[in-house]
Amino acid sequence: MCDTCGCGQPADAVTYRKPGQEEPVHHGHAHDHHHDHDHDHDHDHGPGHRHDHDHDHDHGSRTLAVEQDVLQKNNLLAQRNRGWFEAKGILALNLVSSPGSGKTTLLERTICDLGAEVPLAVIEGDQQTTRDADRIAAAGAPVIQVNTGHGCHLDAAMVKRAVGELAPADRSLLLIENVGNLVCPALFDLGEAAKVVIISVTEGDDKPLKYPTMFAAGRLCLINKIDLLPYVDFDADRCERAARAVNPDLEFLRVSATTGEGLDAWYAWLRERLQESGGGVV
Amino acid sequence: MHEMSIACSIADIAREQARAAGAGRVNTVEIEVGALAGVEVESLRFCWDAARSGPAAGAELVIHEIPGRGHCPGCDLECDVDFHVALCPRCEGGLRILRGRELRVRSLNVD
Ligand SMILES: Nc1nc2c(ncn2[C@@H]2O[C@H](COP(=O)(O)OP(=O)(O)O)[C@@H](O)[C@H]2O)c(=O)[nH]1
Ligand SMILES: [Mg+2]
Ligand SMILES: [Zn+2]
Repeated sequence: MCDTCGCGQPADAVTYRKPGQEEPVHHGHAHDHHHDHDHDHDHDHGPGHRHDHDHDHDHGSRTLAVEQDVLQKNNLLAQRNRGWFEAKGILALNLVSSPGSGKTTLLERTICDLGAEVPLAVIEGDQQTTRDADRIAAAGAPVIQVNTGHGCHLDAAMVKRAVGELAPADRSLLLIENVGNLVCPALFDLGEAAKVVIISVTEGDDKPLKYPTMFAAGRLCLINKIDLLPYVDFDADRCERAARAVNPDLEFLRVSATTGEGLDAWYAWLRERLQESGGGVV
Repeated sequence: MHEMSIACSIADIAREQARAAGAGRVNTVEIEVGALAGVEVESLRFCWDAARSGPAAGAELVIHEIPGRGHCPGCDLECDVDFHVALCPRCEGGLRILRGRELRVRSLNVD
């Protein structure tokens, strides 16, 4: 259940695999964890039902000031990833959405349309299966699948490991498809330059109000599947208003990953970001 | 369910800090959770029971909830921020969040 420390799932629950590889590239985490969940309660549940808890806290007890961010470990690792990306001129983007919003389809299309222009690599996060990585490989980009088991988000340690295996080229575009989930990935910095939130018109246009943390964390919001707008009750203006209320700086693009409508603006956005990061081919 | 990850991270910090201070047992762990941190306090409490371990196995989690506060650079208003809806109630400009994103371990009480 817990991929940050692995205490709820076995250490080998997170796997890293490239398409065509039989065995997962890597098992587990580098975290040093003590699975000593041995609660030493000396309960005597006999007839007398005596509980010999010696909770005399005033016996030499003291308070330690800690003042430490709970996510500090992840944040430090994320900063190391970020420094590594910057040094190599790699533009790393963290793509987040609910399941089925069209992340993989958008990646396939982007590889097709931009692959000749800029070196592109993909990290695929999913709880199970290498299906998305197979789709990306078929589209022609180097890819590694991270299966998080029960974990509901990628974390910085997973990305570090995945990047080590994937070895993306200098000045490349690294697209990270996070686990489909609008809640948990918002809290875990991976070291990316920006989070791109994808929402499709088959979802509710009030989604930004229901998942404010994610929309607050994003830099760009792609409204996908606009080819379906005539058939659904989705007001794109209302969606943008709701998202701007949460994050006044959020940018929006309306696209269809299947018909290609609006994707030129997405590519233009990517080129700008690539320029900022020193990436892309001149 | 990232609250389990969060609970495990808190347990890690408690264990490490207790060990570093040569403490035998952790009695309480005090944390701050901002209203805008993206963490469900009830869910976190629930996960804590499973996550606490080692010298912190019996530790009680004391949660200080920090309300959201924002500042409007447009009209200089400071106000409560509820649920991340960061629009100024006076001029409808975008608010900057001042408080409410905390997710920190404040202190431990140890033997
Ligand atoms: N009509 C339409 N369908 C789309 C679009 N983008 C993705 N889809 C479909 O939505 C489904 C989920 O897409 P996928 O890329 O797997 O979503 P992911 O879970 O976010 O990676 C698939 O059946 C796609 O063909 C789009 O722009 N328009
Ligand atoms: Mg996918
Ligand atoms: Zn104002």
